Amino acid sequence: MIDLLLDITLLTFLLVTAIAIMRIHSLFAIVMLFGIFSLLSAGLFVVLDAADVAFTEAAVGAGISTVLMLGTLALTRQHEEKHSGKHRPLLPLLVVFVTGAALIYGTLDIPAFGDPNAPAQKHVAPHYLDKAVDETGVPNIVTAVLASYRGFDTLGEVTVIFTAGIGVFLLLAERRARRRTKETRHET
Amino acid sequence: MMEFLLGHYNYWIVVILMMAGFYTVISRGNLIKKIAGLNIFQVSVFLLYISIGNVQEGTTPIIAEGFQTYSNPLPHVLILTAIVVGVATTALGLALIVRINEAYGTVEEEDIHLQDNSL
Amino acid sequence: MKHNLILRITAKLLIPFIILFAFYVQFHGDFGPGGGFQAGVIFSSAFILYTLVYGLENAERIIPLRILQILASLGVLIYAGTGVASLLLGGQFLNYNVLADVPITGQHIGIIVIELGVGITVAAVMIMIFFLFSERGR
Repeated sequence: MIDLLLDITLLTFLLVTAIAIMRIHSLFAIVMLFGIFSLLSAGLFVVLDAADVAFTEAAVGAGISTVLMLGTLALTRQHEEKHSGKHRPLLPLLVVFVTGAALIYGTLDIPAFGDPNAPAQKHVAPHYLDKAVDETGVPNIVTAVLASYRGFDTLGEVTVIFTAGIGVFLLLAERRARRRTKETRHET
Repeated sequence: MMEFLLGHYNYWIVVILMMAGFYTVISRGNLIKKIAGLNIFQVSVFLLYISIGNVQEGTTPIIAEGFQTYSNPLPHVLILTAIVVGVATTALGLALIVRINEAYGTVEEEDIHLQDNSL
Repeated sequence: MKHNLILRITAKLLIPFIILFAFYVQFHGDFGPGGGFQAGVIFSSAFILYTLVYGLENAERIIPLRILQILASLGVLIYAGTGVASLLLGGQFLNYNVLADVPITGQHIGIIVIELGVGITVAAVMIMIFFLFSERGR
């Protein structure tokens, strides 16, 4: 009963925050609401028994992403979204309705929320839950699967993070070189 | 009917969240708002996966004394990777926005199109 | 700024505890929630707090950008190096059973080493991205 109440409350707050991000024009308010959205979703992950995921979402979403968006606001010095008076969003609304209807039609076949006999709980998951402590000696099943059973995927993930670092470095690290060439051009 | 509603309301609200993020991405012109909408979309997809893996009367998948049923650990692993990839994409997108602003002087999509067409 | 004093003292008190918590999450990822990614992000947030309060020049004196680049590559190298080490010891790529005499010990060693690699890379990349964003605006 408490679970159900917490679920519905957190989902309602998430919906309200998402609609507010859609409608508000001040960019600073949008970034703050974005941090609140990440924190609320981390709380919802805890209610859904996903402790590792909640930890990562709170640290990464409410921490790093919000800080980087504030940094972008400071660098681009924008404050407000432009008010365009003649806003006719008919085509986007149509696309959104059609996609939403198709998705809801697809969820009618999913087994009920929390069903222990759903097909998702059948094939590999019981093997991991039974054998992980004997084969790897690690009680945290998520770490055991991430580091040992599916270690190759984690190698790809670390490479993606490294590539993002290289990408940002290539995009944003040029200024010193440009300043030096500008100075030499002024001197000549 | 009540059983069906109780079993599926989670998925429907998550789909509505997904559509809110999707609408923000395709209909607003400000680039920073598009990135925020993209993140809302990503988080709602994560919620969908984690709710599929949830088990009634289960607990966090960390083996401890006195607990019999555990939630499915497989979606947690996939979503952990997805969250980290999401933050990498967001960081790169924001760096691109900074460079676009230096080149065009604005982050509104319409103004960027006007400047490009007038060249 | 007269009100800077409260920020500086609070940051000075909090940053060691944040770094300690990051190490705790890194090494206890086997027994509770946690692991390499969370620890890397928490570690980088300690440095971001220091940069916000004390300025970019002081922060770059502690960790120059060159060292961050080397650390980011080092983490990926440690991870892939563990895989190659298991290849050289007779098993398949990233099969930790061959890293020691008892398979369980091999698994423990393998998991700790790769989580360390993940933590180092994530921390270095997050700090580097923040430094690049703040340098651009100077």
